[in-house]
Formats: sequence, structure tokens, C-alpha cells
Amino acid sequence: MSTHAATHDDVHHDDVPKGFVHRWLFATNHKDIGTMYLVLALVMFFIGGAMAMVIRAELFEPGLQLVQPYFFNELTTLHGLIMIFGAIMPAFVGLANWQIPLMIGAPDMALPRMNNLSFWILPFAFLLLLSTLFLPGGAAAGGWVMYPPLVLQSGESLAFTIFAIHLMGISSIMGSINIIATILNLRAPGVDLLKMPLFVWTWLITAFLLIAVMPVLAGAVTMLLTDKYFGTNFFNAAGGGDVLLYEHIFWFFGHPEVYVMILPAFGVISEVIPTFARKPIFGYKPMVYATASIAFLSFIVWAHHMFTVGLPVGAQLFFMYATMLISVPTGVKVFNWVATMWKGSMTFETPMLFAVAFVILFTVGGFSGLMLGLVPADYQYHNSYFVVAHFHYVLVTGAAFGIMTGVYYWLPKWTGHMYSERWGKIHFWLSVISVNVLFFPMHFLGLAGMPRRIPDYNVAFADWNMVSSIGGFVFGATQLIFVGNIIYSVYFAKSRAPARVWEGARGLEWEVPSPAPHHTYSTPPEIRPGMLAHGDVAH
Amino acid sequence: MTQPVIPLAQPTAFRRAVRALLALAGALLAVPALANPEHPSPWQLNLTRGDSGLSHDVWDLHMAVFYVCIGIGVVVYGAMVYALIRFRKSKGAKPAGFTHNTTLEVVWTVIPVLILIGLAYPATHLLVYENNTNGSQLTVKVTGIQWMWRYDYLSYLGQPVNRVGFLSKLAEDSNVARQADSGVSPWSVVSAHGVHDYLLDVTHPLVVPTHTKIQFLITAADVIHGFWVPALGWQADAIPGQIHDAWGKFDTPGTYRGQCAQLCGQDHAYMPIVIKAVPRAEFQQWLVDQENRSRMDAISRTAEVTGAPAAPQG
Repeated sequence: MSTHAATHDDVHHDDVPKGFVHRWLFATNHKDIGTMYLVLALVMFFIGGAMAMVIRAELFEPGLQLVQPYFFNELTTLHGLIMIFGAIMPAFVGLANWQIPLMIGAPDMALPRMNNLSFWILPFAFLLLLSTLFLPGGAAAGGWVMYPPLVLQSGESLAFTIFAIHLMGISSIMGSINIIATILNLRAPGVDLLKMPLFVWTWLITAFLLIAVMPVLAGAVTMLLTDKYFGTNFFNAAGGGDVLLYEHIFWFFGHPEVYVMILPAFGVISEVIPTFARKPIFGYKPMVYATASIAFLSFIVWAHHMFTVGLPVGAQLFFMYATMLISVPTGVKVFNWVATMWKGSMTFETPMLFAVAFVILFTVGGFSGLMLGLVPADYQYHNSYFVVAHFHYVLVTGAAFGIMTGVYYWLPKWTGHMYSERWGKIHFWLSVISVNVLFFPMHFLGLAGMPRRIPDYNVAFADWNMVSSIGGFVFGATQLIFVGNIIYSVYFAKSRAPARVWEGARGLEWEVPSPAPHHTYSTPPEIRPGMLAHGDVAH
Repeated sequence: MTQPVIPLAQPTAFRRAVRALLALAGALLAVPALANPEHPSPWQLNLTRGDSGLSHDVWDLHMAVFYVCIGIGVVVYGAMVYALIRFRKSKGAKPAGFTHNTTLEVVWTVIPVLILIGLAYPATHLLVYENNTNGSQLTVKVTGIQWMWRYDYLSYLGQPVNRVGFLSKLAEDSNVARQADSGVSPWSVVSAHGVHDYLLDVTHPLVVPTHTKIQFLITAADVIHGFWVPALGWQADAIPGQIHDAWGKFDTPGTYRGQCAQLCGQDHAYMPIVIKAVPRAEFQQWLVDQENRSRMDAISRTAEVTGAPAAPQG
């Protein structure tokens, strides 16, 4: 076990910096930075979740009980921004930081100091964003899409919001550059591109998406800034500007952004299902190509977020066809996961349970996505709760379940201890039931005619809203079990996790002891048969 | 004359259960199909079919893609559930080693493409039809304003309409009940016809004739709004500086309710849309009355201005 010897050596020279400032503020170690990303994401998940709880409480019954309509709009706006930029994206960057060097046999990320900067920007960006709640005039209340002219009616806090978004964008771009540089330069000899784990592949493609679109978002919000403070008229019709210009630019960012949030989840699921089916992933190369096709298509479908703005018929047809095409590579992925399970030898530990739920429930979001893609039908679904149901299936039971899958899967590797399997299963079953009680009725509400982003509604919508809110409260409370289980695994668990935590797990991250030493793969590992999950057998 | 008695099998408990299930399934399928086109119903599950050929076509497309999803779901979830039950380690399943199957992969790429073409064909037809406002008989300009709608009648049966236009705001009883400390239950807000119209009633509905192709020219005065009446079968964003051209029709007289669909500020939830469809003769009379009233208003306003001694002339 040469790699074990090498890492064993590292344990003795374990120069873990002492003290908070040196260990964390000056962190350059990919594992420490990964941990900080994950902790930040968890904190943001609960802040954004608390806002969702207030939203669901206000919508529990018709009439206005808890919050004023304007504050409700601030909540929906911040809930969206925080969950997307604060919870989902940093969680995946955290997983990437921890796992990519371990999975490709690299000693660390390629650019450790930039890694530090890209993390430490974020807490300040979110402090800035959250501070707007306490500024005169309140936070921006135009929805997370920040459409002008409405968002320009926000108070002076808009400048803070925009600056916070700039910071998040800078952080994302630096993180992406780091991930690309690491994957392209630091792979151990023998880890060819087409032998990389699928999680690494999906992140490589995601990083390119981020670099392509974050500057576009920065441009859009900068134009908002100059429209509000410097008298420009980019989006002011009265000054010769064009409101639709903003929508086009925003969604040119916004649609690839959707895939930024789901592609790494695809990667996690593609690691977990083979492990617990004890069988290699079905169709490795088609999985890579499908990911790349989805990424490419994500650049030419943005206007399906704008089907109701009155585009020319030809444009609507183009974007409808392109949107429908996305379901082909996405379908290939789902079929491949099912085929991986087929004739496997499955066990159902918590990560596998979340992965199975991901495949089933993400597909529900895929179905409603297909329905939304047909323009004449979209004319009825658009801006309704049907859309809210759709993207929460994709982002909660998709992206967030993907993150939970990854956390349960790799947590024993990070902490050296097993989490509580019993509480993991309780967390899973409560989550998977309540999340459907929460989001499935939203399909009915939308079809019945309830618009999104309203604090009050007609009494005909009362019943399903109450059901949905009850599901929401249970789902929110259930996530405390998740936190409890993580804390248990980090501080209290007694059972030591072996290097290969899961029987069927293959890949370089399982060749190092658990917990992974502070420094791993200081010298590149020698790849031997059976070590890699994919492609180490000559065809 | 006696009819031969057809012997009926005595219902066993099993048959009763099956019948109850069938009745429940039938109810679940029938209830959404019968969703009231005029306003939402409690526990409503499905889209309204609306009240015109256009909205029925939209509903048919919606149901077609829904059934396609159900079909794909049965196949994919069926295979998955079978695998989850059958290929368990605890059942002694041994893992196979296969990693690909080219034939299978080609099949499950090609079949979805064929399904998509099958869906794209009717969707394309419907989209082109839906975007063609030629031959409209009534043209109404709809303006979204924070937080109300303005309706201006531009022409009817090829003739220009003389200054008929009005603002349409949330009805007063809803407006009282909606306040945070009103103490008025939303359930107590009921229309003259017994409809629970909390937040779905306005001061002045948009009056239109039935059996008439109505062209809507939709725009906004301040921020983006969304004009959505489900019974029409579509929604259209109202965007400052843009005119959004759309059309709709009603076959049955009635009061059709909808809401602003695009977030437009703090009172976004409080700018409903109500369209009152009336028979053509009634509409004709209503339009003449409105034109006359508008003329009288103009005359009295002119009189006020000219009668005021300090008012500048010209």
C-alpha cells in the first residue's frame, strides 16, 4: 500500500496551522477551505430556509397575518438570492474543494491563495446582502431576477445588493478558474480525462459555464446601477432604453446558472449509485457527452424564461425546439442511472436513499420542465405556482438532495467517523415525504390560477396552500436532524470509518485513510488496476 | 309487457372496493375536467379548459404533454422500482459487470426525439394560430399601472370607438378585508352571485362581447405587469415601451377572473382582472351608453373650463 505509506508519512509531519487566524483566515488547504464553504452553505441554507418558513407561514391561510406585502417581496427576493448564491453554489464548491484533489490524486487545488480569497469574499458579500434588510427602505424587493423598472424603485440599498452580487460573481469566477486549473494540470499520472470520476467531469464543465456567464450577470446589474445612480437609460423606455434588454441579458446568465446548480449534483449521483449498486456506471462516455451537450444547449434556451413577453413567433419556435432538445441528454442521464441499478447488488444506506429520491424527484421536475417548454402551454403555466413547483423540484429535490447525498457519502471520509445511519434514515424519510407535501400541491395551485410572489390569495387557493405550508414546516424542522447528524459525526461518533468507507466504492479518495490527513497525495499516487472507478481496464 | 330481468351479481366486499376505487379515480379525473372556467375552485387540481376554441386547444395540448409524461414516468419509474426490489444485496443479487449497450443507448436517444417531434408539431400549429391577431373585431388596449388596470376601447367592428376607457381597481370589499388588521374574514367577501371573490373582484370589469375575436394590445405605464385570465388560455406580459399583441374569445356569457402574473411591487397581489362577457347586442348597447357618457363628461368639463372666469382661453 504505497499510497497509504505516503499519507502515513504526512500524518507525522502534519503541520496543521494552530489558532483560528492561521488555520482558517489564512487557510490555503483545500480541505479546510472546503469545510468553510460547506459550513457557510449550511448557515445560508438555514437563513434562506427561515425566510421560506415566514413565507409559508404568511401563506398558511388567506388574509394578511404576519408581514406586510413589501416585506414579503423582500423575503422572496432574498430567499432566492441566498439559496442560489449562498447555499447551493457554495455547497458544491465546498464539495469540489474537498473532493476534486482527492479524486484526481492532486496534493491541493492549483491556486491555493486564490482559493482562500474566493472563499473569504463570500461571508462579506452575504453580510452586505443581508444588511439591506436593516437599511432605510428595506432590501431589494423585485424578485431574485431583479427586473427593471421595478427593482429600480427599491431604496438606496440596491447599491449594496448589486455590490454583493458583484462580489459573489468574482468569488465564483475565481473558484472556477481554480477548479479548471486543478483538473487540467494536477491529475495524477494515469488519471486521463476520460478516466476521471464523473463528479470531476461535471464540475469541469460547470466551471466553464460559470466563467462564461458570471460576467454577463455582472454586466446586467452594473447597468441597473448606472440606470439608478448615473442617469443612463439602458432599461428605461422613456429614455430610448429597452426593458427586454435586461431580461435577455439576465437569462443569458440565468439559464446556464440553472445547470451550474444541477450538473455537480448529477456528478454526485453518478458517484453514489455505482457504489451502492456495486456495479460500474452505465455508459460513462455518454454521461460525459450528455453533460457537455446540456452545457452547450443551456446557452441557447434562455428565452424560454421569456415566452410571455411577446417575442416574434419565429424566436418562440426556436427557443421551444432548443428547450425540448435538452430533455434528450437529460433523459440519457436518467436512463443510465436506472441501467446502473439494473442487475446491481444494491444496499440502501442514507446516501443511496437520497440518490434514488434524487433520480425520481428530479425527473418530476423534468416532466414539468417538458410541459413548460411547450410555448402555448407555458402561456398558462408562466409566473404561476406551477413554475414554483417545477424549479423547487429541480433545486430542492434535485440540487439540495444532491448535496445531501454527497455530504452523507463523503462525511465519514472527512471526519473519520460514521454518521448515525438511523438518524440519517429518519432525516431521509421525513424529508422525502414532507418535501412532496410541500411542493407537489403547488402544481395544482398554479394550474388553478394562483400567480407566484403574492402574499395573499383568493379563498379557493386556501386548502392546498395550507397543505403545502404544513409540508414546509415539517421539511424545515427535519433539516435540524441533518445538522445534528453532521455535528454527531464530527464530534461525538465513536465508530471509526475505514479508508474505503463503502464496500462498493472505487476511486482515489478511498485510497487515503479516514479522516483524510491534512495533506494527501503530496506525491502522486501510482494507479493500479481496480483503483479507479472508470476506465482502468483496457477495452 | 314485462322486461326480462337481468340478473346482477351480488357485490362482494372486493367488488365494492373496486367500484369505490373506480368512482374515486373517475371523480379525480372528472373534477379537474369540470374546473369552473370563470374562477378557481377549492381543491382544484387541473387547468381550466377555458371558454373558447383557442383555450380548449391549449388545454388539449396541456393534457397531451401531461399524458406523455405519465407514460414515460410509468416506463422509467416502473423499471426503476423493479430494479430497486429485484436487485438487492439482501436478496442475494450478484452484480453484473456490463457498462454499456450501444443498441439500448441508441434506442433511448431516438425514441425521446420522436416523442418530442410528436409534441412539437401540434405546439407549433397552436403557437402560430395563437399569435395571429388578424381578423379581430374588437380591439382593447390594456395598460398595467401600479396597481390597477386601464382598459381603452379602440375599435369595434372596424369602427373607431369614441373615448371609452376606464380604470379597474380592486373592489372595495376586498380592499377593506385585505388590510392586515381589518378583522374581516376573506371568506366573508362574496359576490352578488355567491362567488367567493376575495381579491378577484374589481370596481369596473372589462366588458366584452361573446363570439367575437378580441384583440388585446397590452402595455404598461410604470413597471412590468402580467395580464393573465386563465379562461382566455394565455397570459401576456405588459411591458413599458412595448405593445404586446394577443387575442382571445369567449363563447359563454360570464364573469371571468384572473390576476396580475408578473411581480410589480407591493400591491402585486391586489390588481385582479375581471372580464365580463355579454351577448353582442348587450355589448353594443353598453358601448353606445359609454360613448354617450364620455361625450357628456367632455361637454360638462368644457363648460366648467370656459365658465371659470380666470381660465385661460384657447
